[in-house]
Amino acid sequence: MGFEKFGRKSFTAITKTAKFVDLLVEGKVEGTVCKDCGAKFFPPRADCAKCLSKNMDWFEVPKKGTLETFTTAYYAPFGFETDPPYTMGVVDFGDGLKLFARLAKEIKLEDVKVGMAVTTRPLKYDDGQISFEIVKA
Amino acid sequence: MEKEVAVIGVGQSSFVRGYEGSIRELAFEAFREAMKDAGVTQKDIGASVFCSAPEYDKQRSPAGVLAEYLGLIPQPTFYIETVCSSSSTGVKVGYSMIKAGLHDVVCIVGFQKMSEITSAESQERMGRGADIQWEAPFGTMMPAYYALYAQAYMAKNGLTHDDLMSVRLKSATYGVVNERAVYRKGVKAADFDASNPEAKMAGPVAWPLRVGDCCANADGSSCIILANKEKAKAFSKKPIWVVGIGAASEAVNMAARPDFAKGLSVGYGAAAQAYKMAGITASDVKVAEVHDCFTIAEIMAYEGLGFAPMGEGKQLIREKATYKEGRIPVNVDGGLLSKGHPIGATGGSQIRTIVLQLRGEAGPMQVAGDPGIGLVHNVGGVGLYGNVTIFGR
Ligand SMILES: [Zn+2]
Repeated sequence: MGFEKFGRKSFTAITKTAKFVDLLVEGKVEGTVCKDCGAKFFPPRADCAKCLSKNMDWFEVPKKGTLETFTTAYYAPFGFETDPPYTMGVVDFGDGLKLFARLAKEIKLEDVKVGMAVTTRPLKYDDGQISFEIVKA
Repeated sequence: MEKEVAVIGVGQSSFVRGYEGSIRELAFEAFREAMKDAGVTQKDIGASVFCSAPEYDKQRSPAGVLAEYLGLIPQPTFYIETVCSSSSTGVKVGYSMIKAGLHDVVCIVGFQKMSEITSAESQERMGRGADIQWEAPFGTMMPAYYALYAQAYMAKNGLTHDDLMSVRLKSATYGVVNERAVYRKGVKAADFDASNPEAKMAGPVAWPLRVGDCCANADGSSCIILANKEKAKAFSKKPIWVVGIGAASEAVNMAARPDFAKGLSVGYGAAAQAYKMAGITASDVKVAEVHDCFTIAEIMAYEGLGFAPMGEGKQLIREKATYKEGRIPVNVDGGLLSKGHPIGATGGSQIRTIVLQLRGEAGPMQVAGDPGIGLVHNVGGVGLYGNVTIFGR
């Protein structure tokens, strides 16, 4: 499966990290970890910026994180016009590992707070696109 | 304070919506004004640098095209891009070429014609100035990115929506008197009243940012002419010296950003370098232009530049310290919020404002006290790039 399946709308077709999409289909949200120096990356990278190794492995991101910040978009860029309002946020898992994604539609906006406990899960859109989203822990 | 490279000419087109001309004609407007200001002719210019964000117009490799239109061939020319900070990066490169002895005089032209595409297309282009592989697929756009900073910052530091509004009220005060600004109408607190459906600034764009928290898209151009010491003294009665330059970069993906409540790291990094090079501290700066693409960005800039301690930027706007009459006047030309933000032209326009201030030629925007040191803070993308440039007489 190619990376054009990733997200609401992908701008990248080919990447060495396209397996990320296959892992989402399997129900897993994974980053990469360097087999040589142990550096962990999310979003995943095919190459290690710390030691310049190309020897990477996949690891599942932690289940527990906190919502560091968020925003609700009432306008959308070209190609996303039917989506607003939608909320996007940053999850902090600790140890320098963070994740950016949309928040699940089911979360009421008035319940979203900086610092709330959250987790993440894969998501399949009706048109077949594959993504992941932030949900309450 | 080293006085080796000076600004000898500045120019700027009016910032407008829907410029009635092509990019080469737009670039000509700023170039012509800067050339007349410097009192030089094209044969005096050793090289030209053109700066914009790509994909707003159809021209690929614009430098050669614009250089020819401005009468700057056969001298060397090339293109520089760091999105919203392109033209201050261009000035850094021009400075470097002069310091290296490659050229005596260099002209830096920033331009952007945003009106060739719709606002939604523009948001999509700007969003793709961030991480297209891992973030754009969620439907990101510039206001949303800055809103992430605003949300975390407001939660931690007690910054309120009224504080953000106060930044916009300040910029509008000067947009009204700046005849080159795109947004010249006044703004009042009632315009932010969310209970009034007619209030034009109150609607949410990317919460917590509202319409009035966002800068105005515009078409525009700017031009800065730099010269070495010898030529500056020959050509200019009032050379304004480039005395400090700093620049920094940051991770593109929000997942790799440090604490959002602390603002943009590039502001701190670029400022520290520029102050060190100039041999000054924040309190020596008498007038500043900061990158207020959103109201929250001006508050974060106060702190990165050391005008206020981290988390305390709100005090400056509450005390009106950044008004023209205040302790440290900031964006008294209307800033990006009211003067407008034609991406590639913005840095050069900020520099023009500071040069005019240091010459005492800023007209109704002139700050009192004969300022001797001014600063320009210009950010590209969501703090992806940051440039701080310090000027002295
Ligand atoms: Zn490594």
